[in-house]
Amino acid sequence: MSSVRPAPPSPASSAPPRARPRPRRLGPGDRVFLAVLIGIPLIALLVFVWLPALASVGLSFTSWDGIALSDIHWTGLGNYQEIFTNYPPFWPAVRHNVVWLLFTALLPTPFGIFLAYQLDRKIRFTRIYQTAIFLPMVLSLAVVGFIWEIIYNPDNGLLNGVLNGVAPGHHIDWLGDPDLNLWAVLVASAWRHTGYIMILYLAGLKGFDPALKEAAALDGANGRQTFLRVVFPALKPVNIIILVVTVMESLRAFDIVYVLGGGVGSKPGMELLSLLITDNIIGESSHIGYGSALAVVLLLVSLAAIGTFLFQNFRKEDQ
Amino acid sequence: MTATATPPAAGSRSRRTPPRDTGPSRPRSQAGRHLLLGGIALLWLVPLLWAVYTSLRPYEDTSRHGYLSWPRGLSLENFSDAWNQSGMPHFFWNSVLITIPAVLGTLLFSAAVAFFVTRFDFRWNIVLLMLFTAGNLLPAQVLITPLYRLYLLIPLPWWMSDSLLLYNSVWGIIVIHIAYQCGFCTFVLSNYMRTIPKEITEAALVDGAPVWRQFFQIVLPLCRPAFAALATLESIWIYNDFFWSLALIETGDKRPITSALANLQGQYFTNPNLIAAGALMTAIPTLIVYFALQRQFISGLTIGSGKG
Repeated sequence: MSSVRPAPPSPASSAPPRARPRPRRLGPGDRVFLAVLIGIPLIALLVFVWLPALASVGLSFTSWDGIALSDIHWTGLGNYQEIFTNYPPFWPAVRHNVVWLLFTALLPTPFGIFLAYQLDRKIRFTRIYQTAIFLPMVLSLAVVGFIWEIIYNPDNGLLNGVLNGVAPGHHIDWLGDPDLNLWAVLVASAWRHTGYIMILYLAGLKGFDPALKEAAALDGANGRQTFLRVVFPALKPVNIIILVVTVMESLRAFDIVYVLGGGVGSKPGMELLSLLITDNIIGESSHIGYGSALAVVLLLVSLAAIGTFLFQNFRKEDQ
Repeated sequence: MTATATPPAAGSRSRRTPPRDTGPSRPRSQAGRHLLLGGIALLWLVPLLWAVYTSLRPYEDTSRHGYLSWPRGLSLENFSDAWNQSGMPHFFWNSVLITIPAVLGTLLFSAAVAFFVTRFDFRWNIVLLMLFTAGNLLPAQVLITPLYRLYLLIPLPWWMSDSLLLYNSVWGIIVIHIAYQCGFCTFVLSNYMRTIPKEITEAALVDGAPVWRQFFQIVLPLCRPAFAALATLESIWIYNDFFWSLALIETGDKRPITSALANLQGQYFTNPNLIAAGALMTAIPTLIVYFALQRQFISGLTIGSGKG
């Protein structure tokens, strides 16, 4: 069904306009306008996003304290060698990022999809349910961090209070214990992520043709079968977006860990790549080259995700 | 094809469903669904309600009886204290000065790019679209060091920034938000603009209407639902961001409310009730935006699906 594919504008009529001689009526004024239209955003993007990204790649091969430009020394692959062999927090950070990704991909993401599917029907209160579940996404991470701090606080937090009410004698330092704190933060992150996925998927489901669902129901498929066999495969473009969002959010995870870690950089048990970069670049002792090399590692992993997405998304349009 | 598919579907549903779903099965399953969804929604609200409850209680009450106790008096005192003692109005104003221009700029720029790549068959359109979309997916930490040096190099006139640089000025924050967020909006808007029939603008072209009129008078008004959805998301993201202002603004006075909240926490770390009140207040603007634009929110996103 055409309604779920992003590519052709109006499938039935896309061939004739292409065959028709393209309107060659762009006057000089139009050309200037179009050049401005694309030129200004493009320059902003290249100067403020892509130029710094490439410069980071360059800096990753140097050692620099971040003060005078003349102090930049070329070190080749030295930073990378150091990171992989001689930087204790690196591998824990990689492991935590992987745990983050697996957790997010296996729990909040499918749950958000499930909720979207449940809410995408004409039932009462659906807007109220949507609002309640999306609300954490609306709140700033500074607020989210604070909300969870008063829940996880070992002395007077809600969680320990409730646990002590059931079975006294608990004093769990949820955010301090290196074996626990990553999971505590993941719960807070899942609280936000679920609503995000739900909204994205709801938007995708709006474009789904209800006739297909009815056809499946007429054929005797139950709700689960209809979703797995009919709806889910047909929503491939949205699935790809959900996948990319999940991967990117897991790789970029920063704010919520930063806030719940007390705003001092990485804490034992909660090291993440993004935090290590910030440690090295913004911390008191700047190791720009080092931080940039970490950033490039993150960039390369991200590019794999970005590349997959762009390939899947724009391949159809190329035809 | 898409346009013709919808009416019969709607008609067929009303015709077919009654015989299928008669009997007691329908109300029962709906009740179960409401129970499930209501329970989840409530569970999702617990952390927030807990913060609200904490913020309403005086500090003396909670310090004597603990947080998990029945209230002995609720008041809005913490809210007024937080508002008056931490200069919140000033930081709110900083956030407004950053968020509104940044959201408008992002929407205008991305609408321009989306218009360009969807309405004209230029050879590099796909590359352009990829460049913009990928730009938004780069981790912010990758950009920050060179961006900081760049901001130290770009001068601004005195009437724009008292630091005379892009560094340490709200303009710098606005610019990076626009450049960085453009990718996502371009992606969504180009999907949306594809659903506008090409014949509309081609007719205008044949009539001799200049391209700028097509853009401002035909395409932009048609994209209103997508703008509403994106404006909601972007104002939430930009208002809530504190990474850029943490790294690119030196003077605490110029920082937006989200980074200023950290000051409040440092100043009153002994009084969580007061901080809860302050934190909740910073969330009010995004809540207002969300509730105001909620109706168009989901229908305007239509991500990745070219529904006619």
